[in-house]
Amino acid sequence: MKLILWLSDYLIPLTILYIVSFGVLMRRPVYDDFAEGAKEGAGTVFRVFPTLIGLMTGVSVLRASGFLDAAGAALGRWTQAVGLSPQLLPVALVKLFSSGAATALALDIFRNNGPDSPVGLAASLMLSSTETVFYTMSIYFLSVNVKKTRYTLSGALWATAAGIAASVILAGRIS
Amino acid sequence: MLNIIWASMIVIGVVWAAFHGNIAAVTQGLLDSAAETVSLCVTMLGVVSMWSGILKIAERSGLVDRLARVLEPVLRFLFPRLPEDHPARRSIAVNMIANILGLGWAATPAGLQAMKELAQLEEERREAAACVPGKEHLSQKAAAPSGTASREMCTFLIINISSLQLIPMNMIAYRAEYGSAAPAAIVGPAIAATTASTLAAVVFCRVMDHKRAIISSYK
Repeated sequence: MKLILWLSDYLIPLTILYIVSFGVLMRRPVYDDFAEGAKEGAGTVFRVFPTLIGLMTGVSVLRASGFLDAAGAALGRWTQAVGLSPQLLPVALVKLFSSGAATALALDIFRNNGPDSPVGLAASLMLSSTETVFYTMSIYFLSVNVKKTRYTLSGALWATAAGIAASVILAGRIS
Repeated sequence: MLNIIWASMIVIGVVWAAFHGNIAAVTQGLLDSAAETVSLCVTMLGVVSMWSGILKIAERSGLVDRLARVLEPVLRFLFPRLPEDHPARRSIAVNMIANILGLGWAATPAGLQAMKELAQLEEERREAAACVPGKEHLSQKAAAPSGTASREMCTFLIINISSLQLIPMNMIAYRAEYGSAAPAAIVGPAIAATTASTLAAVVFCRVMDHKRAIISSYK
């Protein structure tokens, strides 16, 4: 647990130190490279803005209509049994198909419960430790015309379940 | 896929609101969320630009290639049947390192390249097995039939989907925007959770590999 907290404090500064020093050692114009990357990063944000506004709007309609509360209440009976908050189940399921939609649901949790609440922490960790299973499988397998994917899906779902379980347990310990 | 998800959000939301007397709240929700997305994107603009700048240095200085070489023992463990010096080794390693660093745009091309090279490898295996006189029937066992994922493809994708990212910078930005007292406090726990899912993936792939090896040795 101590190491985990240490990583949170040190990893980002140390990673930046490592990357910049490596760049200097390789005699790269590091500041020019940085500026170019920053420009690309700004472009990325502008590119995702339309998608994000669509998904944020979609989730806000579901929230305002009272549907999310009703769904949460209906799911609650089942999810409490395995220690999962009813708000987390939709995030986990939607993440299998779309990263953006899952993010919009997680931001809805942040707005209502706060990012540092147990459920907010669990959502943060879940999204950080899982991938978009169906989306990734379809682009990779379609690219080589593979239709029979054998045990890939079961393995990917098993790994995702492990990530979700670890997220919920860790969120409970740090909050 | 998103078309269906998004359309159902809107349709279910509006219809549900109409039946539960919340239709005025929907209009307010639409206005609020539109404004909220703009302020979220302002925060994202800062964080994502800064981090992309740092990652660009890593990309340009050849750090990705350097780290990819360090991954060799890991590849030997995960892909025991992948020949030494096969070009797929490099593509897989670059894909994994790019994912670990969070370089999505560098990870996908390398990953697709790896799939292409693994498909060629399987094609060669099929031909090799079919050419041995009297052992044509073995070609089915030695290689996956065309259109079927090879063991290496399964392993590669399961590990890839288990998530390898070290620093979830986007999530840190979201948390900052919504008033977290310590946005980066998730870095350590996120690494622990990612490690758990990747370990689960590795164990699964090794068990599947082993199981198949035992079955074919009895045939």
